[in-house]
Amino acid sequence: MNLKETFAFLEERPAKDCPAYNCPAGHLVNLMQALRDQHGYSMLVDMTAVDEGPGQTPRFIAVYHLFNLESFEYLRIASACEGDESAPEIPTVSHIWAGADWHERECYDMFGIRFKGHPDLRRILMWDEYPYYPLRKEFPLAGFDMDFQAADVAERTGVRIQPAPMAGGPFVSGDEGPMSEKEPRAKDQSWREQHKKPGGSGPA
Amino acid sequence: MTTATEQDVGYNSKIEGNVIFSSADAIINWVRSNSVWPMPMGLACCAIELMGVGASKFDIARFGMEVMRFSPRQSDCMIVAGTVTYKMAEAVRRIYDQMAEPKWVVAMGACASSGGMYRSYAVLQGVDRILPVDVYISGCPPRPEALIDGMLRLQEKIRTEKSMWQIKAGRPNPEKLPTGPR
Repeated sequence: MNLKETFAFLEERPAKDCPAYNCPAGHLVNLMQALRDQHGYSMLVDMTAVDEGPGQTPRFIAVYHLFNLESFEYLRIASACEGDESAPEIPTVSHIWAGADWHERECYDMFGIRFKGHPDLRRILMWDEYPYYPLRKEFPLAGFDMDFQAADVAERTGVRIQPAPMAGGPFVSGDEGPMSEKEPRAKDQSWREQHKKPGGSGPA
Repeated sequence: MTTATEQDVGYNSKIEGNVIFSSADAIINWVRSNSVWPMPMGLACCAIELMGVGASKFDIARFGMEVMRFSPRQSDCMIVAGTVTYKMAEAVRRIYDQMAEPKWVVAMGACASSGGMYRSYAVLQGVDRILPVDVYISGCPPRPEALIDGMLRLQEKIRTEKSMWQIKAGRPNPEKLPTGPR
């Protein structure tokens, strides 16, 4: 089955494991509804997002993994978010799969993607007042120095939210070549101990 | 019958038997150390080992600590078993505040002691930033024997406390969080 014959707006997306397509955000909801109701993709396995980095167009791409419970086939749909880099937007699919509700909340929490039409778009992992989106590329793994969210607890204990001691880490492999031949290298993000984070104390 | 005089106030084994003289601290600490009621603050994989400690193979009941209570109001030793995130830290502290005095804290495993391998924006780097920890237990996660050893050391610590002085001072467990560079 070639979905491109049915949905002319789809573009093939390079993938090694399963069929994958890029879909314009404007067609996303209709596509998902049709995939579920007419093509047997009744299960939303996962919903996540990709950050291509500051200044890239498109910067944020929402990725949906679907599973067909009749033919046992996977399908990946990717859709570039619209709107400004600081507040990307994409329509919600939580009314199609109820399971998308919390996936989209996590995506909002980690990337700051606004899901238009979501019934309850709140943070799900970090606390409500947290000002950053941790999985964005400009966010350092160690985090930022800031006040503890509960003022009374902070007053009694003196606890603060501090950058984690990175001790030279995180230790990651480079981008070039096969992963089996790459040694992890220290990607020094010890903003507090070793050196200051380039460009101030927080993302713009 | 003799009337009570100054000399009769002391213990007379001919008049009353089965009486033991000791210091109040020794009695209080003996009672407290042998009836620790742990509050299992299970936050990650350490909690699985904590369950093993309570189960039949390791059986912490041998040391008088089998009464795990999931209500902070009924327990006096919080075993912080697992990774404390900043989001959870507030809840951990509020649960600790609800425990009745005297109370003790055991930081079980690397995460609760120091943040462990989670050098991350989301993880509190050691629960001693919000709670006065009495015993730290190394391991990731610690084996049940390690937790039992830690609890026995907590018993030893309880037996050295100046309980009467603390009760009189109205500060049963003066809270001291470690200071200095973190």
